Amino acid sequence: MPKDKSLRSVLIIGSGPIIIGQACEFDYSGSQAARALRAEGIEVSLINSNPATIMTDPVTADHVYLLPLTPASIEQILQERQIDAVLPTMGGQTALNLCIDVDELGIWEKYGVRIIGVDIHAIETTENREKFRQLMIELGIVVAPSKIANSFLEGKEASQEIGFPLVIRPSYTLGGTGGGFVHRKEEFDEALKRGLEASPTHEVLVEKAVLGWKEFELELLRDNKDDIAVICTIENFDPMGIHTGDSITVAPAMTLSDTCFQEMRNQSFRMLRAIGKFAGGCNVQFSVDPATEQIIAIEINPRVSRSSALASKATGYPIAKIAALLAIGYNLDELTNPITKTTSAFFEPTIDYVIVKIPRWNFDKFQGADHTLGLQMKSVGEVMSIGRSFQEAIQKACQSLETGRAGLGADGKQTRNLDLILDGLEHASSDRIFHIKDALALGVPVSSVQKITHIDRWFLLQLQDLVKTETEIRRFNVANLPKELIVEAKQKGFSDLQIAHLLGGDTTEDQVYAKRKELGVNRVYKMVDTCAAEFPSDTNYFYSTFDGENESIVTDKKKIIVLGSGPNRIGQGIEFDYSCVHGLLAAKESGYEAIMVNCNPETVSTDFDTADKLYFEPVFWEHLYELIEMEKPEGVIVQLGGQTALKLAEKLHERGINIIGTSFQDMDVAEDRGRFSDLLKSLDIPYPLYGVAETADEALEIAHKVGYPVLVRPSYVLGGQGMKIVINDEDLERAVVDLMGAMPGNRVLIDHFLDRAEEAESDSICDGEDVHIIGMMEHIEPAGIHSGDSSAVLPPFSLPDSVQDRMREYTKRLALALNIRGLLNIQFAIKDQKVYVIEANPRASRTVPFICKAYGVPYVNIATKVMLGVNKLKDFTIEEKLEGYAIKQPVFSFNKFPKVNKELGPEMKSTGEAILFIKDLQDKVFRELYKEKSMYLSK
Amino acid sequence: MAQIAKLPSILVLEDGTVFHGTSIGKIGTTTGEICFNTGLTGYQEIFTDPSYFGQILVATVDHIGNYGISDEDIESNSIKIAGLVCKNFAHFYSRTKAKASIHEYFTEQNLVGIADVDTRQLVRHIRQRGAMNAIISSEILDVEELKKKVKEIPSMQGMELSSKVTTQEAYEVGMDNPGKKVAVLDLGLKQNILRCLLDRGLRLKVFPAKTSYQEMAAWNPDGYMLTNGPGDPASMPYAVDTVKDILANKVPVFGICMGNQILGRACGLDTFKMFNGHRGLNHPVKNLLTGRCEITSQNHGFAIKNEGLEAAGVEVTHVHLNDNTIAGIRVKNQKAFSVQYHPESNPGPHDSRYLFDDFVQSLN
Repeated sequence: MPKDKSLRSVLIIGSGPIIIGQACEFDYSGSQAARALRAEGIEVSLINSNPATIMTDPVTADHVYLLPLTPASIEQILQERQIDAVLPTMGGQTALNLCIDVDELGIWEKYGVRIIGVDIHAIETTENREKFRQLMIELGIVVAPSKIANSFLEGKEASQEIGFPLVIRPSYTLGGTGGGFVHRKEEFDEALKRGLEASPTHEVLVEKAVLGWKEFELELLRDNKDDIAVICTIENFDPMGIHTGDSITVAPAMTLSDTCFQEMRNQSFRMLRAIGKFAGGCNVQFSVDPATEQIIAIEINPRVSRSSALASKATGYPIAKIAALLAIGYNLDELTNPITKTTSAFFEPTIDYVIVKIPRWNFDKFQGADHTLGLQMKSVGEVMSIGRSFQEAIQKACQSLETGRAGLGADGKQTRNLDLILDGLEHASSDRIFHIKDALALGVPVSSVQKITHIDRWFLLQLQDLVKTETEIRRFNVANLPKELIVEAKQKGFSDLQIAHLLGGDTTEDQVYAKRKELGVNRVYKMVDTCAAEFPSDTNYFYSTFDGENESIVTDKKKIIVLGSGPNRIGQGIEFDYSCVHGLLAAKESGYEAIMVNCNPETVSTDFDTADKLYFEPVFWEHLYELIEMEKPEGVIVQLGGQTALKLAEKLHERGINIIGTSFQDMDVAEDRGRFSDLLKSLDIPYPLYGVAETADEALEIAHKVGYPVLVRPSYVLGGQGMKIVINDEDLERAVVDLMGAMPGNRVLIDHFLDRAEEAESDSICDGEDVHIIGMMEHIEPAGIHSGDSSAVLPPFSLPDSVQDRMREYTKRLALALNIRGLLNIQFAIKDQKVYVIEANPRASRTVPFICKAYGVPYVNIATKVMLGVNKLKDFTIEEKLEGYAIKQPVFSFNKFPKVNKELGPEMKSTGEAILFIKDLQDKVFRELYKEKSMYLSK
Repeated sequence: MAQIAKLPSILVLEDGTVFHGTSIGKIGTTTGEICFNTGLTGYQEIFTDPSYFGQILVATVDHIGNYGISDEDIESNSIKIAGLVCKNFAHFYSRTKAKASIHEYFTEQNLVGIADVDTRQLVRHIRQRGAMNAIISSEILDVEELKKKVKEIPSMQGMELSSKVTTQEAYEVGMDNPGKKVAVLDLGLKQNILRCLLDRGLRLKVFPAKTSYQEMAAWNPDGYMLTNGPGDPASMPYAVDTVKDILANKVPVFGICMGNQILGRACGLDTFKMFNGHRGLNHPVKNLLTGRCEITSQNHGFAIKNEGLEAAGVEVTHVHLNDNTIAGIRVKNQKAFSVQYHPESNPGPHDSRYLFDDFVQSLN
């Protein structure tokens, strides 16, 4: 069946604010779907309350509704606009749930809206554990023995029948919320209670735990005539027992025989065909007994997912795009593979490299949280890496994580305490992969590691082989290191930094780099093309490796590299992807070849057709520098990728690489507390008294000088990590000792804390002559709560004009004094009508996308053209479209950490944000927020 | 586990391109036509597929041997590829069912191969230049000598190979099966064709490639299975004649791969050597009779020419979606059909198993 011509206007539902378990992968899929439908001449409307998304940008959709994801909002849209169909499969479980709610209210029917891309009954079958189980049994597909329970008593009975260890899976929840393993009887009551409470239908499945079995995922596409293709098979490095979102995963499957794989493929087809009739993407999870190769079906998700975003990046095949086209009536054999542009979209991608995904956790933000990984997802982001072997890929993934590691171990940060290591193997947490490596390095046998972790022996042997290579390298120094060994090490993913560490002495990363350049050991770049080079493809999607041929052809166009922000984490999320995408588009419009470097598979900036050239690489110095040496860009944009990109500015500057926009020296003034305060003083701008301490004694001295309460924090941190407000000597001492213990070598900043002050911030663009303030926001909550956790109101709602004028004046003064070319964010505290500058960030801030959406102005596009020097501010006519106020509301994921209280302070904890437009200050939601402004303030 | 010494090996293509790598399997020299397979699973099934006889195989998947070698995953009694070129060769493996490492298997079966080659570069090269001969050696390390030797290898075009891999003697299988009798003309058969037929209750007798129609007809079969096999179909007039006789007697016929080409030639169609052929587990095929599509396992370097179909009384039933080549035909007014791909798969998807059911049905 070709395209359904009766569909002229489609509504796409987004996934709302970022929470653990539902992150920016849905911005990626929603954006791809919207663009695909628009290219088909369909008018696309989009609803999402998340302002930091690209999908809610005018570049993506025709009509954007930044409204809460509620049935009322949907009805409002349907009243305003003729919508023919709704596509609810691109916005995760949130969108599906909303679609079902609206359906139950009869709203779709009332307005004659068709649901496309999914079968409502299919969702019901897959989300209702008991229905799913019954269906599988009918199909002859094996599932783990289980019983459904709607009450505490039923749950207890079920546990007696099934025995321990068992799993509790609440119905209709997201990312495993409320679920978990129960190993012992004593833990059961509490776990059951939590599971029942987490389920909106007060229903849980009590299931036998198949701990230690291998886990696989299949990403499938099905069209309207029921033809199905497997787009990607993903193997979990971590066996059953850890949520797939918290597992290290690998593609293609490394330890799967064809017999076993085909059985899985057949079963997934049967499952897909049995749950209902729909065209689109689907994810199926299986577990395999390593001894017998018996297969158990775990679950099926009839929508695009986090895994399908990963599968798209892993294979190059744009699943969301094709799924959207299938939803409007196309069949797979009627479409062309968008990557090769010559072959059929109906095929199964094959890859000639290995990808590894490692999740990124932020446990440090949740004090008291249980760090153990289990059934409920706890990670906040992820990295993906691509290499020509598993070893190379896993080391590159470790380099991408930005946890200060130079690879998988061998970087001087290993643990040598065997008890700690063995405990880390048994109770998997964020650092288990490193503990495994440490254990092998200390000589713990593979069989012992396997016994504890149940990780497939093949993976462990690969890691053990890395240890052997390390031992070999240690025998040499940089002068006599043989070429063959360097090649071997590089092919196994060792960074120059790791090699330098292994060579010992004072060997530096630069020396190793120079050595291999001298020996001609260079990175080459290989293409991701869906077909293992079987067909020519001109998609500029590359990864680096050490092999024979370089496929990345350097053009003679002038080029700009945009640095991405790496994995999502608290304090640095989707907002920076938004800015990077706009930076790329602006660079393209300005006649540059726009090159993207990033390692976050959930992003739009790493979509195959966003940049002119995409390098899916760690945002890690060695990889970046070698790439710059090859591409020779006019410059590098570091302002759009958050702190990750900004951190690389110093090294770029040292090597004489052009930084686009504000210079490194000027950015450094803003980042260096001492020089910044001197600047403020010379500009006659007030700031809180402060001091820098290297010892607890110095800290006390400063505190006495500036006066309590004081804000204690390490210098150079992200999202207020480690920040505390203290009111006496005793607390201060403890805070300083803690900080120095946690981050050795870091100096401690002590600021006088302006108690009961109000907070506000400004974002602005400066071209060296003019300063344009793009937005000023007043925080509803008092000072002391991190700006990222505050509800920010645009424009200010209670600050007197005199204060606002002063904020404007200070912004302009600072922007010019810092020689800003591009974006600047300034945080203010206001006490007794006096305006203090707390900090300045010479880059795109978290609030920039929010302001762009609230005012309807493409500020990042303007800022990029200004920093490139192709335009001055006066070239633009800026028209702000906002009636009333816009509020940026933080959204938290505290429910993932049952033992952690919602307590807010100077350290950021929110995972996402929503935008809310209000007409005036009488608005009910605003009144509520205002009333509760101090409710969660930590002591 | 013992460290395995890395010894050098060289791959030289007919056009003079040289790749250096590490020796795998036996120390020695091997020659053949180079081809690449893009499958991600099922390496052992591929190595033992007789259709690869005389070919040096490049595996595009970048780890080979991870799950070892088992007794179950074989398509014939020995390795049939002439040599292997791969990126990462696994000296250790993990699978409960596995009996040995692929290193042990290669050594035992005297296979010569080369690892640590930039296989992607090699595939891009072959993709652009087309199928050609190649030599791998871990004993002759003089590139010039290898360049000379590679020129001496005969071309695959015009080469008859089925008789080298077919059974020597006819044999019966599935004697206890209650169903119809099918004569299998073994042109280099994959075991799974037999398994698929046996699973459907058929009694089989497998005949050597050069068996005449009369000899097979003496067994009174209800239908004929023409199997896959290596080499150029144009060099096999003996099989074409046999199939002509079958068609003249209007008995049901089902052909796979080489069987498809032979059926085509028996109808008067021509075959040709493809620039690169199709080898992998992800080939999209459309069934023109039903409008449905299937992902197929393929392995062929020759195909039926899309000319003179009407005159030959042949109808195209399946097409390859990537290049529109003929993927399946049926003979008008006959119960004779064939496909260019592998419905028995192994390795590969099971999407096309319905063809065996169609065949069984045609026997009634």
